[in-house]
Amino acid sequence: MARVRRTLRLPAVVRYALLVAVILAIWQAYVTLGHVPSLLVASPLDVARAAWTDLKDGHLELATYNTLVNLVAGMLIGTLIGFALASFAVFSRTGQDLLTVLTAVFNPLPSIAILPLAMIWFGLQPKSIVFVVALATIWPVALNTDNGFRTINQTTQLAARNLGLRGWRLVTGVLLPAALPSIVTGVKAAWAFGWRTVVAAELIFGVAGSAGGLGWYINNARYYLNTSNIFAGLVVISVLGILVEGLFGFIERRTVVKWGMKRAG
Amino acid sequence: MRETSVPERLVVAEGVAIDYLDAAGHATTAVEQATFDVRRGETFVIIGPSGCGKTTLLKAIAGFLRPTRGTLLVEGQPAREPGPDRAVVFQDFDQLFAWRTVRDNVVYALRVARKMAASAARQKADAMLALVDITRAADKYPHELSGGMKQRAAIARALALEPTMLLMDEPFGALDAITRNQLQIELKNIHERTGVTIVLVTHSIQESIYLGDRVMVMSRHPARIREIVETGDQSDVESPRFAELTGKLRELLVHREEELDLPAEAII
Repeated sequence: MARVRRTLRLPAVVRYALLVAVILAIWQAYVTLGHVPSLLVASPLDVARAAWTDLKDGHLELATYNTLVNLVAGMLIGTLIGFALASFAVFSRTGQDLLTVLTAVFNPLPSIAILPLAMIWFGLQPKSIVFVVALATIWPVALNTDNGFRTINQTTQLAARNLGLRGWRLVTGVLLPAALPSIVTGVKAAWAFGWRTVVAAELIFGVAGSAGGLGWYINNARYYLNTSNIFAGLVVISVLGILVEGLFGFIERRTVVKWGMKRAG
Repeated sequence: MRETSVPERLVVAEGVAIDYLDAAGHATTAVEQATFDVRRGETFVIIGPSGCGKTTLLKAIAGFLRPTRGTLLVEGQPAREPGPDRAVVFQDFDQLFAWRTVRDNVVYALRVARKMAASAARQKADAMLALVDITRAADKYPHELSGGMKQRAAIARALALEPTMLLMDEPFGALDAITRNQLQIELKNIHERTGVTIVLVTHSIQESIYLGDRVMVMSRHPARIREIVETGDQSDVESPRFAELTGKLRELLVHREEELDLPAEAII
């Protein structure tokens, strides 16, 4: 018992870093001592070397940038449409029916499955990727926002009306902040879907010229059998994911957690 | 103000009935044949068994819903849309905006409901927080406060609006007995200092006599008025008059109710 307590006293970041170091050491030992062909599994040091080379000449940054541009563009469009659908659903019966039907049809559909269609419609352009990312983000945003609006506490709404708030000022002043926990949940889910979709789309897609993203970077490395570069691409994707999760955590701590509307996760 | 020979009638209700659609979609009557008035400066208490429709009546005065039949006049006009002239304090703590500090809750209310400038609103808010004795919690968020503090904040926000009437829906119903007593005393003080008209819904006989000038006793669902009892100013809960009124109200509430299932604390 006492021993468990002592290890727990280390800050979480240190504990996690230690764990990662141990795993990396085992990985390195496995590759070096096990004489695993480097074509199959790259060692952590090889991966670091490959990543460093491609960072120095800017390949990896460019790929990351391209992926993020596609992701952000798609998520912006998807989030706006999701918001619009949710608002329409809150204010009218037709909107509610529309949201129900559309989410029933599209939510179970992995948006990556739309990519072939998107390629026919938009060609081999980043537009196609943005399209499927938008499609992946609309539904989690719309469903969660709609749910957030619907579950706003009755008394909170009465208190707002008691102040004479109506229409647009009621929405921005009270309804939006009151629904914020659900909205953040929706955007987080949208990010998770969008991130997977953008990488998958780039993998399939290729993309001519210099507009290739991380998926393309990995696929390209596979083409030349640069296994360590494949790993380098995967590491970047994972690290970015961790950073964005951290960003969401930061935003939540500064808003909904601070306001007692959501428990610290 | 109470010296005025003919008290001004802020609320005039005549034959008010309020129906609502229940979950099954049937029209059910919550309140029937309610005829009463609320006079400027008094504390008017509505008491009745839980779920009898007294809150419905308060909501109608606040403008959240309209009477189905009868006339309900507020300051001589049919009850209008909800507005800060009839500031409401609810039982539910969620009446405070969770994303604003206590002070900002009051400031925001003054800004949107009274179109006050930021600095003036802040001054007024601080004065109100001092009045209800929660200055030290001004920069806290509602979830960081105890139930009693939250209700103080809600009262501060309502009073800051300088309403014609303060409508209170079982404001102390969710508080422990000690906090409730404390807030009853302070509400009485605030009423004496500000002279604001209060309409208070409660199911506590003790609270109704202590705070009320007149107590309107309502029957079980659908709510009908049994009697409006002039209790006058009763600050001494130990006095024989207080005991006498308690007996009278208990009699009225129990009267003809075969299966009385009032919560135990209501018959203190």
